[in-house]
Amino acid sequence: MTAPDPKDLAEYAADADAWFLANVNSDPGFMLPLTFMEVGTDRQFDFLREWQARVHAAGYLGAAWPKEYGGRGLHPDFQAAATAAMRKHNGPIMLNAIGLNWTGPLLLDIGTEDHKQRYLKRILSAEDIWCQGFSEPEHGSDLGNAQTRAVRDGEAYIVNGSKIWTTLGHYADYMILLCRTDPASTRKYDGLSFILTPMKIPGVTTTPIRKLTGEHGFTQTFFADARVPADGLMGKEGEGWKVAMRTLEYERGARGGQAGGYVQTPTNAWAVLDLARRMQRGGKPALDDPDIRSQMVDFILEIQSLELCRQRIAVPALNTDHPAGLPLSSKLMTTEFVRRINEFAITLTGGQGAYYAGDPNAVDYGFWTRAYLNAFSATIGGGTTQIQHNIVGEHVLGLPKG
Amino acid sequence: MQDIGRMGFSEAQGDLLESATAFCADVSPVARVRALMTDDLGHDPAVWRQIGELGWLAIAIPEAFGGLGLELGDVVPVVEQMGRRLLAGPYVSTTLAAQALIAGGTDAQRAEVLPQLAAGTPATLALMEGAADWDLEAITATVTAGAGNLTLAGTKILVENADAARWIIASVLHERQPALVLIDRVSVAETALRRETIIDETRRAFSLTLDGITVPASALLDPARAAATLAHLHLAANLLACAEMCGGTQAAIDDTLDYAKTRIQFGKPIGTYQGVKHPIVAAYVRYEQARSHLYSAAHCFNEQGTGEIAVRMAKAEADAAFSFAADRAIQFHGGFGFTYDCDAQLYRRRAIWHAAQGGDRAFHKKKLAELLF
Ligand SMILES: Cc1cc2nc3c(=O)[nH]c(=O)nc-3n(C[C@H](O)[C@H](O)[C@H](O)COP(=O)(O)OP(=O)(O)OC[C@H]3O[C@@H](n4cnc5c(N)ncnc54)[C@H](O)[C@@H]3O)c2cc1C
Repeated sequence: MTAPDPKDLAEYAADADAWFLANVNSDPGFMLPLTFMEVGTDRQFDFLREWQARVHAAGYLGAAWPKEYGGRGLHPDFQAAATAAMRKHNGPIMLNAIGLNWTGPLLLDIGTEDHKQRYLKRILSAEDIWCQGFSEPEHGSDLGNAQTRAVRDGEAYIVNGSKIWTTLGHYADYMILLCRTDPASTRKYDGLSFILTPMKIPGVTTTPIRKLTGEHGFTQTFFADARVPADGLMGKEGEGWKVAMRTLEYERGARGGQAGGYVQTPTNAWAVLDLARRMQRGGKPALDDPDIRSQMVDFILEIQSLELCRQRIAVPALNTDHPAGLPLSSKLMTTEFVRRINEFAITLTGGQGAYYAGDPNAVDYGFWTRAYLNAFSATIGGGTTQIQHNIVGEHVLGLPKG
Repeated sequence: MQDIGRMGFSEAQGDLLESATAFCADVSPVARVRALMTDDLGHDPAVWRQIGELGWLAIAIPEAFGGLGLELGDVVPVVEQMGRRLLAGPYVSTTLAAQALIAGGTDAQRAEVLPQLAAGTPATLALMEGAADWDLEAITATVTAGAGNLTLAGTKILVENADAARWIIASVLHERQPALVLIDRVSVAETALRRETIIDETRRAFSLTLDGITVPASALLDPARAAATLAHLHLAANLLACAEMCGGTQAAIDDTLDYAKTRIQFGKPIGTYQGVKHPIVAAYVRYEQARSHLYSAAHCFNEQGTGEIAVRMAKAEADAAFSFAADRAIQFHGGFGFTYDCDAQLYRRRAIWHAAQGGDRAFHKKKLAELLF
């Protein structure tokens, strides 16, 4: 793709800036989720679905996807400009994360023409919500051991088994499903297949699970003789592991093609600095306390590390020894940072750290306690921190598998 | 919100990184490093000559004085690769001496000395004193004007490469104000130098007794710019230290990885075990972060305000990264790690040296708190 005309790009960026300034409503009167994994109530869901649809209709989501699939066919720099404007004006998150960031790029790269026609536009407009059926009650980190069974029957697969921790499972129209088509394969990975699965069909049910924050969020998803159309198969039968690993690369940002926007509100170390100024210790700003000061500098250093590493990915000459090192370690770096800085923020609130979201006395409506508890969604979901250490150790540094 | 730095990488940096990577690996294998540790001079004059011929000493010196007219940030990839190969020699001290003259020298001093430094005449700085204070304005050595010349008094410590240097720039008090003076090594008696026993055995450092040394009146650097020059040198020295440290961190991790992949215990390479694997990953992530800070500091070095923040951040991060990587390098080599023969100690000692020079993480964090909050 040719480089964009700087004038066109500047014009588009200015329009996006004006649009988000005029249209962002970050305080609808109830607490908005910080991440797509946190969506827990119908009004949160409805609000975010409507917001995503408006952003797409205005041309600021999927701008770099082809026109025929609901995009605008523009250079990726345009979408980056729109996302920057969204961030600048603190726009709420994009809801349909699994569609926008994982399924969408996957379909664009290896989907059939029919898949693209059928799904992509409705992913952008949030008409179809997508979820991911990878984890099972008995197999989480050991994903390659998934046992949900799919048996070919004419033009369909008959699916039996159960998936768990299904984000947005309750709302979803489609699932990307990792299931076992050949239980007799010698290598466990070779018996897996990857199927685009409708959720609103007979034999598929979901049960909500209550999260550590108290709300309902993800679900357990049950399959009982569900007839799933076989044209949803991605890749060939038995190639499911390869497709799933590719999906995880989109998910972890190691592969591009995402629709744009963001699906979690970035934690802002500067907002925590502001909190350290507002909170009191012995009648003085907490920030005057030498211990707190020292920890605050640590966090500013760390958020700057993350930002600089993100920028450095674009400099190939500074990534020669381990070209995949920065992309593959970014989940690890970021999610653990977010968890720890929110934990620190709670300690800054002193005695008020005892309050939880909802109490009128809670500092910032209990934002920090809730943010800390929610931060585990990312240190566990998408492959735990421990598994990320294994991935970086084995795939980047070449250490032997355990 | 303040600008606290950003990534940037110039074409010159790219070219220098590529050539320095190959050159340093070639001339400074670890066997050579160890041989030079017991050598009196401590570095290889032939390699030093080659470095001069490559033009690397001229990088950040203005064209008018025989230099290439590039930035100090362009020196960073060279020093990084030297640090990675523990390449010994007066490269950094000479580069910093040039910085002193560029920032605070008189026209005559620059015209006389900078072309020499650009061409490979070694030089050094003598800034520290007995209290080893990281505040470079805490000076007790003095210079007093006599009949047409200046007489020096006091003692400077941890003067790197003082024996090899042709020029030494020392900080002194002049009429009670911090000042810098350019000393021709010819006017320094051998007895004025004592080689110090330092933790990093790949380097050479000396204490320098100034008592009785006289220099011409023209040896004083511009007094009006002395304080600004000291502040500049503090940051310049820390920037180049970060470069050496990041290179060293990479090497410490690479050594540890090699061992973790080949040393077998309980029938498997030790790198299989998560108690070994995960801390190595933690060290690696820390290293990548420190390196990102290094190149941000190199890119922003000349920006008023941002440059100082970026350099202090880079030093704080480099200290943490290098210390951790080298500390774990010793541990993960087991009994061998406790030996003099294992290279892990070279990196650990060097990390301690660098923390002790120009300020450690805690020191720079304090300064950052003042700058940021
Ligand atoms: C908020 C949230 C949303 C999620 N959304 C989805 C979703 O939409 N779809 C989906 O399919 N899944 C989803 N997940 C599931 C998530 O991917 C799994 O929880 C995760 O992969 C861990 O699997 P597990 O829960 O079975 O834990 P386990 O695998 O049982 O792990 C338990 C502990 O053991 C550690 N551990 C396990 N194996 C190793 C090892 N080899 N080395 C070191 N330590 C190890 C883990 O790090 C963890 O600390 C979600 C999870 C969360 C928290």
